[in-house]
Amino acid sequence: MEHLALHISNGILNTPVWVGFMAVAAIALVICVQRGRRDLDDRLAPMAGLVAAFIFAVQMLNFPVLPGVSGHLLGGTLAALLVGPWLGAVCVSIVLIVQALVFADGGVTALGLNITNMALLGTAAGYLLIAALLRILPRTLTGLAVTSFVASVVSVVVAALGFVVQYALGGTTDVSLGGVAAAMVGVHLAIGVGEGLITAATVVTVARVRPDLVYALRRAPLAPAGQPGSITSVSAGGAA
Amino acid sequence: MTDSPHQGVGGHRPRAKLRAFLLAGLLLSLLLAGVVSNFASSQPDGLERVSQDGCTVENEEIVGGECIAQAEREHEVGGPLADYGISGIDNSFLSTGLAGVLGVLLTAAVAGGLFWLVRRRDGSPERSGVTGARS
Repeated sequence: MEHLALHISNGILNTPVWVGFMAVAAIALVICVQRGRRDLDDRLAPMAGLVAAFIFAVQMLNFPVLPGVSGHLLGGTLAALLVGPWLGAVCVSIVLIVQALVFADGGVTALGLNITNMALLGTAAGYLLIAALLRILPRTLTGLAVTSFVASVVSVVVAALGFVVQYALGGTTDVSLGGVAAAMVGVHLAIGVGEGLITAATVVTVARVRPDLVYALRRAPLAPAGQPGSITSVSAGGAA
Repeated sequence: MTDSPHQGVGGHRPRAKLRAFLLAGLLLSLLLAGVVSNFASSQPDGLERVSQDGCTVENEEIVGGECIAQAEREHEVGGPLADYGISGIDNSFLSTGLAGVLGVLLTAAVAGGLFWLVRRRDGSPERSGVTGARS
């Protein structure tokens, strides 16, 4: 493995586009920090730090998706489930910034592009689905797992479409846009399945051990004991 | 120090339990980045693969055709940890593992530090607001 590049490199999008998305990302991050602060107490702050570190670790674990193609976690849906959409977007952004500045992964000029796709679009799409699905599906661990999986798949495809839009606006090469769009969506549907499995497994594990640390369950905890697949400790407390 | 009201949802758990959870999560992250990362697929990821569509690639070098990846330019920073390895360490298991461990610790420190700095200090703004309104 001579060269491991996970994110958009320098050069493939023109200067006006990367500068524009750098500005978009910077403004959005300021808003995310401001909104995220409302929830950020002594308990959520270290949890958000852990979520960022965990996403960094899991992003290193490329899994095979198709012959000759791998995928890796983007993390937006996972972060939204565990610490909420605002702080979640900041978590993923911090990971991308560390990767670009220290690990030469993703160009520094491409940071705005990568943050917009994976941290902003990915997390926002994931969170909208989480909010909708948690309302519809049964409030059990199974419902939470299905929510995590579906939200992850959609979130990864939306992030991929973000790149397609950026390429349409300012791609520096002469490759057909339709081809890029079809290939990006196709491959990322497969990657989304992997993302969904990792996200569901992680969130269900945290929900079993510490349901109070799953942000998405704060307002509407899972159903109390008695139902198959439900957890017992939310209303009873204590027995983790 | 009193905690926020929503902590009541899970009952009053000692602070030590949160610390144990965070420590377990950090250890798991270190294990994943430090050891499991060596078993990750080395195939190009989705974006990189699509970037190479239209080109002929031999031994990770583009030898012909037309594709997005041809426009890629060198990374502007590079650095000793570029591409998730430590330059100077030949053993790839050690190199990748150590780079992963450093990355997890750095990310935890940067993110944890930032979130801790900007966190809400419970109660104080509201209290001073009420006092201000009375006087």
